[in-house]
Parts: sequence; C-alpha cells; structure tokens
Amino acid sequence: MASRKDILLEVKNLKTSFFTKKGVIKAVDDVSFTVKKGEVIGLVGESGSGKSVTSLSIMRLVPQPAGKIVSGEIIFNNENLLNKSETEMRELRGNNISMILQDPMVSLNQLLTVGYQIGETFKHHGKADGNLLDKCINVLKKVRVPSPETRVNNYPFQFSGGMCQRVLIGTGIANNPELLIADEPTTALDVTIQAQILQLMKDLRNETNASIILITHDLATIAQICTKVYVMYGGRIVEKAPIKDFYKNPQHPYSEGLIKSVPVLGKRVKRLFAIEGQPPNLLHPPPGCRFEPRCTKAKKVCSQKYPPEIELKKDHQVSCWLYG
Amino acid sequence: MKVFLLKRLGFAVFTMFFVVTIVFFLFRSGEADPAAIMLPPDATPRDMEILTKNFGLDKPLPIQYLNFLKNALRGDFGKSFRYNEPAAKVLFERFPASIQLGVTAFFFSAILGLSIGVLSAVRRDGWIDRFGRVLALGGMSIPAFWLGVMLMLLFSVNLGWLPVAGRGEGGLDTLRHMILPVICLSGYPIALITRISRSSMIDALKSDYVVMARIKGVPEPYVNIIHAFKNASITLITIMVPMATVMLLGSVVIETIFSWPGIGRLVVESTFARDYPVVQVFILLITFLITSAYIVADILYALVDQRIRFQ
Repeated sequence: MASRKDILLEVKNLKTSFFTKKGVIKAVDDVSFTVKKGEVIGLVGESGSGKSVTSLSIMRLVPQPAGKIVSGEIIFNNENLLNKSETEMRELRGNNISMILQDPMVSLNQLLTVGYQIGETFKHHGKADGNLLDKCINVLKKVRVPSPETRVNNYPFQFSGGMCQRVLIGTGIANNPELLIADEPTTALDVTIQAQILQLMKDLRNETNASIILITHDLATIAQICTKVYVMYGGRIVEKAPIKDFYKNPQHPYSEGLIKSVPVLGKRVKRLFAIEGQPPNLLHPPPGCRFEPRCTKAKKVCSQKYPPEIELKKDHQVSCWLYG
Repeated sequence: MKVFLLKRLGFAVFTMFFVVTIVFFLFRSGEADPAAIMLPPDATPRDMEILTKNFGLDKPLPIQYLNFLKNALRGDFGKSFRYNEPAAKVLFERFPASIQLGVTAFFFSAILGLSIGVLSAVRRDGWIDRFGRVLALGGMSIPAFWLGVMLMLLFSVNLGWLPVAGRGEGGLDTLRHMILPVICLSGYPIALITRISRSSMIDALKSDYVVMARIKGVPEPYVNIIHAFKNASITLITIMVPMATVMLLGSVVIETIFSWPGIGRLVVESTFARDYPVVQVFILLITFLITSAYIVADILYALVDQRIRFQ
C-alpha cells in the first residue's frame, strides 16, 4: 500500500441509497477505493451500476430529497467530507474537487454566456480580481477553443457539442483542482471529437498533476488514459486492477465478459459476445453475489453470501468466490 | 430583432382591423334594433325613424361600415346610444377604476405567487410548500363570486372592519375599499402563478446546468436565482403577460359584487342595451392590449433568452 501522504482520496465502505415510494434502492453498497495523487482511475460498469452516484457522493451532491449517503467515509486530504458543513463543501467544490458531467449541451446554462459560467468558478472562490475576463479567456485558451477573445461572450447554443465539452473541462480545471471527476466526458460526442477530448484531458493532467477519476462504460477510453481500473457492478466494486492486468488477465467473470464483448478489429466473429441476462434490480438485489444470476461459473455459495474482497497480488483485488 | 418587431407590429394592426370588422358585422347581424330598445314603448314610428337616422342606422351596411372605419381612424368611435356621449369617453371614464384594481391585484398576485412558488420549489415538502399547495388548490377551485360574498359577510358585515362596497373617497378610504376586491380578483392568478412557478422551478432545479453550477461551488442563492429562476421565467412570461392584460380589463363579477365602477360592468350593461359603439371601443381596447401584451412578451423573451434574438 502507498504511504498515507500519497493518498488524495479514500472512500471507505460508502453506502448511498435512494429512498423511494417503492422501497430503498441501494445504488452504492459498501464501496471502498483509494485514489493516489496524480493517478488516473477508470471507474467502469454498465448503466445503473452506481458509478455516477459514487461520484456525486464524493461531491456531496446526491440528488435530493430521495438520495442519501447512509454510511461510510470519504477522506479527502485527510479530512472526512461527510463531516463537513454545506458551506465548507461549497468552498471545496470547483476549487479542490471538480467534476465534468456527461452531456455538455445540457450542462451549460443556455441563458448565460460561456464567459459568465466560467467566471463563476473564480468569482465564488474569491479569485475574481479585476481581470476576470482575462482569466476566462485563458481558460478557453487552455482547452484550445479557437478565437477565445470573441467566444468568451458567446452563448452555449453558439458552440458545438465538442466545444461545449471543452468549456466544461476548462471550467473543471480552472482552479487547478486536486481531484477531477469526469463522468462519461466523451459519451455524448462523436468519435473524432472523443479522441481530441481525451488527448486534451491527458495533456491537462500532465500540466496540473491532478488526480482524475474517469467514469465510463467505454473500455477503449480507459485503455488510453488510465493507470488503474475499478469495475463496478450492481452498486459494488467487483475488481480493482492495474490497467495491464485488467486487459490481459481479468479475474472477475464480469470483467472477463466486459473484455470479451469488445469487438476486435480484423477478427471475424459470427456474433459479438454479450453477457446474458439483465443487470440486477437494486430494489431487490440478489442475496449473494450481485452477478451470480448471470454468471457462467457460479457455485452454490455465490447465491448465498456476498464474496469478500480477495487480494490476488499487489494492487489487484477481486470480490469473487472463485478465489476464496 | 427590429425586423421581427416591425413584423409583429404589422401583424398587430392587421389583427385589430380584423377583429373590429368581425365585431361590427356580428353586432349588426342581430335582430335587435337599438332604437327599439332605447325608446319607451309608446314611441311613435316617427320618433323611431328620427333616432335611427341620427345614429346613421338607416344607411346600407357597407356604407355604415366605411363611415365607421373613416371615423375610427380619426379616433371617433361614434356616440354611445345610451349616454349620448362619445363612446370612447364613456369607456375611458370608467377605465381608471378597473386599472386601479387590476394593477394592484396583478402586483399582489405576482409578488405572493412568485414568492410562494419559488420557495416551495427550493424547499420542497417544507411548510411553505404545503401551505402553497392548499392555497393553489383553493385559488383554483373557489369561485370569485362565492369568495367575494363570504369575505364581505365576514369582514364587512360581521366584523365591520372593511367597507361593503364602492370605490371610496380617495386616500386611505380608497385603499380600505380596495382590499376585498383585490383579494377576490387575485385568487385565481395567485394560484396559477404559484403552481407554474413551482413546477418550472422544480424542472429547472433538476437540470444538469444546476448540478454543474453546484459543482462549481456556486452558492445556493445564486443557483436558485441566476441559474434556475432565469430559466423558469420563460414559462412565467408566457402566462403572466396575458394575465396582466386580462386583469387590467376588469372583472364583471367582482365589479358587480363590490359595486366597483369599472369597465367590466359597463360593457355587460352596454351589451344588453345594444349600445354597439361602447362595446366596439371595448373590444378594440382588448385587442390592442392583448396584441401589445404579446409584443411585450416577445421583447421579454428576447431579453431573457438570447437564442430567440439569434433566430
């Protein structure tokens, strides 16, 4: 394990639930992981696996009033974020921890200029001295928006999707945060733009040395930028692995399925591999392993008890009865 | 934007012309003869003829119509058959009373409705929200005539705190006379504004740009006003501008219950008496106010939402 000094974020036994009329949905159920300083983590999993709720929990912005962080600890720079007041959290957001949302077109307010929306990041953290406009232009320059001096006064609807995402990334890194959470930053964009945005994030990471949590269901994205992968399934992390191990040697049957379902260029297959069955209903999750109903290697114990996290080697853990 | 406004203006003029024409012919297609209604039952045919000729009602319809248009362009809308005074003068003598009530009631409902609606959305399921929901339900379903009579019974008759009816003699007395009519007139608008502002604020607060603003560390008051309310205001402009116009034009029910000398009552009386000129001026006034209201709404949209300006 890394020394305490290197660790930026440590999530311990986080449980976040949604209290609905139908019952309690355990969207994030006992999730623990760490992010070291300067590390790029990939958080993968299918829709509804709890990736976004995990990141919103870190921001303490779980949708109200249904959503609630039930228990656990989120330790950021040796302080538990769950013990912070709303005012203290507000000061951290956009300053020390930042986040980029999925759909750039709706994440910007169409009624306010791009410059105003970037400027807010400075203004509300007491960093708006006389040259606020220059600062906003600089942000646009950093994310390579062409002719930033005029674009700063434009409205989001005058920007393309890729340009909007650049603006959002720029806003995210404006105050040089220590942690940047990117929630599927490229899913709403087309492929060529995706590559540009990823390159941009890589460059920016190298410049600022921020830690990044990249949330995605696109394994290709992870391969390009991450050093470590955390696989989520049904509100839990099922495997934590260094990027190379994950691709060459996935241990959890679900990770294996994910890797197998990626089409390979030049390899002819009759039918693309797909994991059978549906993701679990988190209102009534399976009693044992969440993946057991869809797992081809399931044993008897799998349907009875949730497997413990087993350390296979340094930095590679898996929660599966196959190894326990 | 200029081209757009000119177009709207041209359209407004055309609409008014169209409405005036329809109203002119509609009234004259009826069987009832204003002369017959105005004269006492024992009037001679000769009296009838003189009156008809005086009002120009003996000429063929197309001629009457052209005369009407010619005079209307000069600002002369004919004489009221009942008051024997210019119709516009009759109407505008009563208009201030309606404006006084309408403007007060509009601002009263806007301030109350918006505050309750916005606060309900920001603090969902809080006590303001619960109170607001009851108020909105009440305002929507309680008819103004019943509310008016009940308030009058309670505050004027039983408690004796407020005057029963009339417009008062200026100053504080007028204010006291206005309280009950304003409350009655505002019931439905408050309910509507509360509901619409609550639901459009809730929609806006759920959106990604609001989450994004919070992610940036924008404090809640700014999130609510600059991000959410600005977006919600588009829907509010749509309902509140026409609402203001309608409230300005007075309410027959409330003016009747509280003996308020506004135009609502005048127009109903004039309609029954076949006093065409007065009703025509009134309809022209409605058309003018509503078309201007939509132009005002368009300007407001363009001020709030730049997308409209760029289209």
